[in-house]
Amino acid sequence: MKKTLFGTLIVGALTSATPAMAELVFPSLSYRTGPYAANGVAIADGYADYFTLLNERDGGIGGEKARVIECETAYNTEKGVECYESTKGSGALVYQPFSTGMTYQLIPKVTADGIPLHTMGYGRTSAKNGMVFRNVFNYPANYWDGASVAIKHLLAINSGDIKGKTVALVYHNSAYGKEPIRTLEELKKKHGYELLLLPVDHPGQEQKSQWLQIRRERPDYVLMWGWGIMNQVAIQEAVNIRYPMENFIGIWWSGSENDVLPAGDGANGYKSLTFHNLGDDFPLYDDIRKYVTDAGKAAGDGTHVGTVLYNRGLYAAMLAAEAAKTAQKIHGTGKITPMQMRDGMEALEMTEEKMTALGLPDFGPSFDVSCENHGGDGFAAVAQWNAGAKQWELITEYVQADQDVVNPLIDEDSTAFAKENNISPGCG
Amino acid sequence: MDNLIFAAEVFVNGLMAGVLYSLVAIGFVLIYKASGIFNYAQGVMALFSALTLVGLMNGQVPFGHLINAIFGTQVHHFGWHLPAIVAIVLTMGVMVALAWIVQRVIFRHLINQEPIILFMATIGLAYFMEGLGDMMWGADIKKLDIGLPQGINTGIDSFTADLFGYGFFIDNLDIVATFIAAGLVVVLVAFSHYTKQGRAMRAVADDHQAALSVGVSLNFIWILVWSVAGFVALVAGIMWGTKSGVQFSLSLIALKALPVLMLGGFTSIPGAIVGGLIIGIGEKLFEFSVGPIIGGATENWFAYVLALIFLVFRPQGLFGERIIERV
Repeated sequence: MKKTLFGTLIVGALTSATPAMAELVFPSLSYRTGPYAANGVAIADGYADYFTLLNERDGGIGGEKARVIECETAYNTEKGVECYESTKGSGALVYQPFSTGMTYQLIPKVTADGIPLHTMGYGRTSAKNGMVFRNVFNYPANYWDGASVAIKHLLAINSGDIKGKTVALVYHNSAYGKEPIRTLEELKKKHGYELLLLPVDHPGQEQKSQWLQIRRERPDYVLMWGWGIMNQVAIQEAVNIRYPMENFIGIWWSGSENDVLPAGDGANGYKSLTFHNLGDDFPLYDDIRKYVTDAGKAAGDGTHVGTVLYNRGLYAAMLAAEAAKTAQKIHGTGKITPMQMRDGMEALEMTEEKMTALGLPDFGPSFDVSCENHGGDGFAAVAQWNAGAKQWELITEYVQADQDVVNPLIDEDSTAFAKENNISPGCG
Repeated sequence: MDNLIFAAEVFVNGLMAGVLYSLVAIGFVLIYKASGIFNYAQGVMALFSALTLVGLMNGQVPFGHLINAIFGTQVHHFGWHLPAIVAIVLTMGVMVALAWIVQRVIFRHLINQEPIILFMATIGLAYFMEGLGDMMWGADIKKLDIGLPQGINTGIDSFTADLFGYGFFIDNLDIVATFIAAGLVVVLVAFSHYTKQGRAMRAVADDHQAALSVGVSLNFIWILVWSVAGFVALVAGIMWGTKSGVQFSLSLIALKALPVLMLGGFTSIPGAIVGGLIIGIGEKLFEFSVGPIIGGATENWFAYVLALIFLVFRPQGLFGERIIERV
């Protein structure tokens, strides 16, 4: 009797664990633990909550339920690859690892396995060239767009002339942190500013040397490419040396509430780039509350709703869902495959009308994806921290990166990659 | 001349940074000296104590997320804010309880095991405590403000500006940390020399068997040592947590202590202090003078290179005990 019961339980457990093939599977390589957990929790919550909303409110995507498979990576690249291997067989439609390190490891794997990879605002910048990186997408903006938009902002607040000004780059001493250097050097030739490079070793808890140098040399502006504790320490050090915070601009990975709150009122005026809107004043968030958080179906405790990184996770999910809808339309089926999803991503058109209809007016820039362009049009905006209100506020429209500078760099890098890997660029 | 003045500023800041490294290193030394265990969990202990301190100060309900998930409740805060000093005392109580649990559950069963086994146990302990801290207090970054001053010391700034024509930047928090570290060393030395428990601690550190033979309780001493290490971790957690907010990256501060221990020796508190100062000054001056020539970001690796250079001449570290094992 006991054996029968045990056997029944085992069979029951296995049956319930088997994926229902009709579901659209969106794996989430989350990091709710480890040194970057504070960021990972909000991103993972936003990503999961959007799909929960679609299931609860709309019955899924095109009549098919969406299923998020969460796999914990602790922001560890090896664990991320293990998560990929363990979830790819579940019918995974697209991976969004939210880690540049994992992205580099996954590019050859997704290419071999025929699964699309979306690295929104991170990863390998030259993946924008879809003729080389057939399965990799990085719309709506990449690091080089970020560098260019930051310089465009400096031009805008200096009446178009930053010749002779000094711009310092405080960056994480890793492949990620070094990404904007090439672009900033190219832009330096064009606009005539001085560039001061200040690398910070991982994890960035100790930055006294860099900020003493900034205090000595007094650069006119400081840009930051940081992540995690490096951001909080840098902002605190800037406050300590009384650096004017309005002249300090971080990339979008250095611009969440987590980065500024520890420095208190001193962080007031700090700026950050963003490629999506901020806060929760959008009709869709009413639905998130009604169908997800208030209904007790949220991935987290609901406290992150409307924060920068929650919005980023939600935006990533929304773009994935819209690509899935596009794929369903192209192929005339609700039950799309990963390669059909790839087609949907490549044909994705994000317009203001579409975002308004989704309840997210002006939430992100409008862009079209194509075979030649997997990266969108490189629009980003500048946000500023209001310490009194404890909120980020957009202070510019979405501004397009200098495509004349960025695109040749992308062509150069992607062509070199194609050569190294014997890839014949094309759209076939 | 300007460079000399700048170098002097870097030197003083290096000293201050070294004090902060020493704070972490002392915790390692205490446990290693008394029990021969290299405590991999020391960095996580600093994190855990800082999380507990902030949680208690803010009146956060421990395990709130877990309770809410299981019982469908919405409990987050008790509704009170504790004064810093009360929260520090309570946190110390938690660290003592943790020391007792660690001793009873883990190390009591591992007496006479190989050092590598004990080391591996502390790795497990580190992961357990990190998870426990996450479950108890959540993964959010928390601002820690116990009233310590932060930012430039205007007195030193104006004094040096009058003297050299350039005002030195010295962080008030670093000055406080220096005094606290000095006080901590005085208290630890006084405790180990002038109290019964302190003398027993030293006896165990010198020779376990001999201490046991004269009636010293090894269990009690180990709980005591882990409690004192917990106190040191709390001090380090407060200092580092005030700088960057209390977050899970704090556990990585252990990385900063390793070269200090290699240089100062694993068994000497003065060694941890002197080692910290040498590493702090060395890495900052190297970054200042050579960093710009070779692309910067030299501090992490230079600290280890400096420690290795010392190891070549003194394998036991500057103040470590020379151990000769005969075959």
